Amino acid sequence: MSWSQFFNMGGYAFYVWGSFGLALLLMSAEVLLLLRRRKRVLRQQAKKTPKINVWTEHETTT
Amino acid sequence: MARRKINWYKYTSPASFYPLAGKMIPFFAVITALLLAVGLYIGFFVAPTDFQQGEAYRIIYIHVPAAWMAMFLYALMAIYAGLGLAFNARLWSMMATAIAPTGALFAFISLWTGSLWGRPMWGTWWVWDARLTSTLILFFLYLGFLSLQGVIEDARRADRAGALLALVGAVNVPIIYFSVQWWNTLHQGATLRLGRNASIAPQMLTALLIMIAACWMYSITVTLMRVRSIILERERRAPWVAELLGGTK
Repeated sequence: MSWSQFFNMGGYAFYVWGSFGLALLLMSAEVLLLLRRRKRVLRQQAKKTPKINVWTEHETTT
Repeated sequence: MARRKINWYKYTSPASFYPLAGKMIPFFAVITALLLAVGLYIGFFVAPTDFQQGEAYRIIYIHVPAAWMAMFLYALMAIYAGLGLAFNARLWSMMATAIAPTGALFAFISLWTGSLWGRPMWGTWWVWDARLTSTLILFFLYLGFLSLQGVIEDARRADRAGALLALVGAVNVPIIYFSVQWWNTLHQGATLRLGRNASIAPQMLTALLIMIAACWMYSITVTLMRVRSIILERERRAPWVAELLGGTK
């Protein structure tokens, strides 16, 4: 089976890729929005101390 | 004399759960990625073409997991909300709130993929059939829960109102599940049923089960991510938050 045949999905490309494409798009968007929300929350928390490392939750020295 | 007894109640407090959830997120994220990769690989490259539906049947690998998750997550959300209401436990109410957007997402994906599957197979994007209609109601219940909590300023009042809505709406879950048996519908019967052999080829079943597991792991990952933000937002005045983040020391 060639790649073009694979992407054609036996003539159902629109339906199959429309399903998986949107699902993956929405799921990735959810993860990105959650990462942004976390950054925002930490930034608001840290207003008094300007630098917070988002990943380790400790103040950075740089 | 149980000296090593684990204090489970410890993990019902947001302050203890917050770091625990943080440790669990990378673990579940990695499992999600692995299961998704394996599930999609088997689903697209190993599982055979369906003799009736051709390649279009492959939509099942996202449609069924999404539909299941939409139902499971609603039940889970209602249980957490109910426990939060009954025991006046903040963390459980926060869990319910954290589950809702992901449940709504999966309800939407199941409707969307069902529509894209129905069009080539049934010749229609949508019918007002029992399974489809009850799933649409499920989606609206999630949206109702989210908007209700969104408009109530006080967090604990929002928890209580949301819990009532979630519990009343829970009657819809068995209706969705049994709709294909109770009513004569256009939607096909269940592919997987407890206590019965699956009605599909073994590789198809493997791919489907792995995709369901992947969606479970995904849901756990994003719910933990969300509940951590919710905890910080709602407990921002608590001393432990200030101490943890070094913000107001």
